[in-house]
Amino acid sequence: MARIIVANTEYKVPSNLTIMKALEYLGWRLKRGVGCRGGFCGACSTIYRMKGDHKLYTGLACATKVEDGMIIAQIPISPANKKSYNIDSLKAQPNTILELYPEVARCISCNTCTKACPQDIQVMDYVQAALRGDIAKAAELSFDCIMCGLCATRCPAEITQFNVGILARRLYGKYIAPKYKQLEKRVKEIEQGKFEDELSKLTKASKQKLVELYAARVREEVKR
Amino acid sequence: MAFVKLTKSKKNIQFREKVIELAGNAVIKCYQCGECSGGCPEAGAMDLLPNQVMHKIQLGDESVLHANTFWICSTCLVCSTRCPKGIDIAKVMEALREIVLRSKQSYLTLDSLEEDDLKEIPQIAFVSSFKKQTQ
Amino acid sequence: MTEKIAYYPGCTAKSYAKYMDSTARIVMKELGIELVELDRWNCCGTVYGLADDNLYSQLAPIRNMIRTLENGFDEVVTICSMCYNTLARANDLFKSDKEKADRLNAFMYKEPDYEGNVTVLHLLDLLVKRVKFQAVKEKVTNPLKGLKIAPYYGCTLLRPREISIDENIEHPSILSELIFALGGEPVEDPYMTECCGSYLTVKDKHLVADRTNKIVGSMQKRSADIIMVSCPLCQFNLDRRQKEVKALNPAFHKVPIVYFTQLMALAMGVDYKKLGFQDHYVDPVPILKKRGLIREKKKVAAKIAK
Repeated sequence: MARIIVANTEYKVPSNLTIMKALEYLGWRLKRGVGCRGGFCGACSTIYRMKGDHKLYTGLACATKVEDGMIIAQIPISPANKKSYNIDSLKAQPNTILELYPEVARCISCNTCTKACPQDIQVMDYVQAALRGDIAKAAELSFDCIMCGLCATRCPAEITQFNVGILARRLYGKYIAPKYKQLEKRVKEIEQGKFEDELSKLTKASKQKLVELYAARVREEVKR
Repeated sequence: MAFVKLTKSKKNIQFREKVIELAGNAVIKCYQCGECSGGCPEAGAMDLLPNQVMHKIQLGDESVLHANTFWICSTCLVCSTRCPKGIDIAKVMEALREIVLRSKQSYLTLDSLEEDDLKEIPQIAFVSSFKKQTQ
Repeated sequence: MTEKIAYYPGCTAKSYAKYMDSTARIVMKELGIELVELDRWNCCGTVYGLADDNLYSQLAPIRNMIRTLENGFDEVVTICSMCYNTLARANDLFKSDKEKADRLNAFMYKEPDYEGNVTVLHLLDLLVKRVKFQAVKEKVTNPLKGLKIAPYYGCTLLRPREISIDENIEHPSILSELIFALGGEPVEDPYMTECCGSYLTVKDKHLVADRTNKIVGSMQKRSADIIMVSCPLCQFNLDRRQKEVKALNPAFHKVPIVYFTQLMALAMGVDYKKLGFQDHYVDPVPILKKRGLIREKKKVAAKIAK
């Protein structure tokens, strides 16, 4: 059993539980601060300290095991500065991110965001990349972000990092990432109805015919 | 010979002590030669000249916090390099900025920035301005 | 053999002033030095934090010192004057104040402790002390003959005295020497060490326009063709704010503002189309053509292809 402190009260819980399961074990019915239960949705941000340790730790309640001496508080939502924009009317220019989130220029490189990130993302480095207009790097570094908001609650410059990151990824996806010409070509062919005849033949074919066709299909050579 | 005590109230002394804590005690050495104000490129736009600011700090006069002097100061350091008493006047200006910013007031607010400026002005200016002028 | 040196470009040299960065790399390569950009770096903070009790603003520059060591170097060179000033001063503070140094080290995360063993250089420092202007002169194939260049130092290269790149902080001469080496004619003006208004350009741009009027106006009265700077913010203020100056002073004539690395590249025979003059508000091309420094000839183009 592990002793944990929740809402200033000490409880004993089995030590093989995650924080989320421990809370449910204690009888809480979680409505906020709970989501996929698999470490992907970022809904269950949690902060905690260990008794006798000055550090403030962060984690996802669904993916962090309870430990003896944990003092736990959940952060169900993180108030965020979220700008609305039409991605089609933006341009991927050096100042684009600053135009929407000028507070990025308040970053003092203290690295607190990186320390807070349960995904081990180099948050400060992507904020810095965004500041210097390197959208591609900001997108790449922030790729694993699940928008739990812990960085934004800890930032002394009051930046909402995760919204900066998703803007960088949107700009990257729309304007910077290389376009696949084959894909564009194929989409056009589909739109022009090039495969309609073939497809209708298939949908009308008998089961027997389908089996034959499948067995006789042309395979692409695997190049090594 | 008797000295006249110019700074009487506790509040004034506390203010002067706060400035000294942030900028060092050289501020008390100022003898009003005016070299700082003479060299300051922005003196014309200031409602108190740098040497006047120094005097008010020596007196512990908190009204100096309402002057625009330290907001208009761009930390070019001409005053600091020319001061015959070796006072880092730019540092004193920083102390005044910090005192105001730490009392949760800003000279500049981010939502007042104009769209054209946000498009055009380089990062270097935003970073320094936000650092010196926003809380 | 090419010498390698760690290079800290700075945020603005990656965007607004990207041609300051690219021309610096070209000319240094020509001079036998490869600028190796740090693989990880953060904004230097742009202005040195002056308040005694505020160590937050020293974290950014010191972190870059650690990155320099992580990249296997013990000196780092930068082209931006403001970056130079902030990095060098923070580094000096770190070396001179043990107590603050310890507190800064304690705050860092996974970084190893820093011991103050990195040297910060400005590119001009490197040119003066190691490369020497004579070597620059020898690489000049397109001397800037007849071009009257006003050097503009601004603040951060010179003040405070401890980090000044020139011994004489009131009347420096390094940029003039560089201009001589490039074959140009320096036009020294009392305003060459005065502040352009710096970050006031965000909140009080009228003050910066007024400064620009005085600085550029004075240099123009001395018949300067072009003004040479080493800082992206000086360049922005003196160049872009000329828009606003016209309203203040109808008699004002525009003067182009260029980086010293752009002029070095031009003098070393680099195609002017690669120097980024198209990004300037006041186009330097007409005056350079007038002085015969830009010739649309094959000879110059061949040099670039090489």
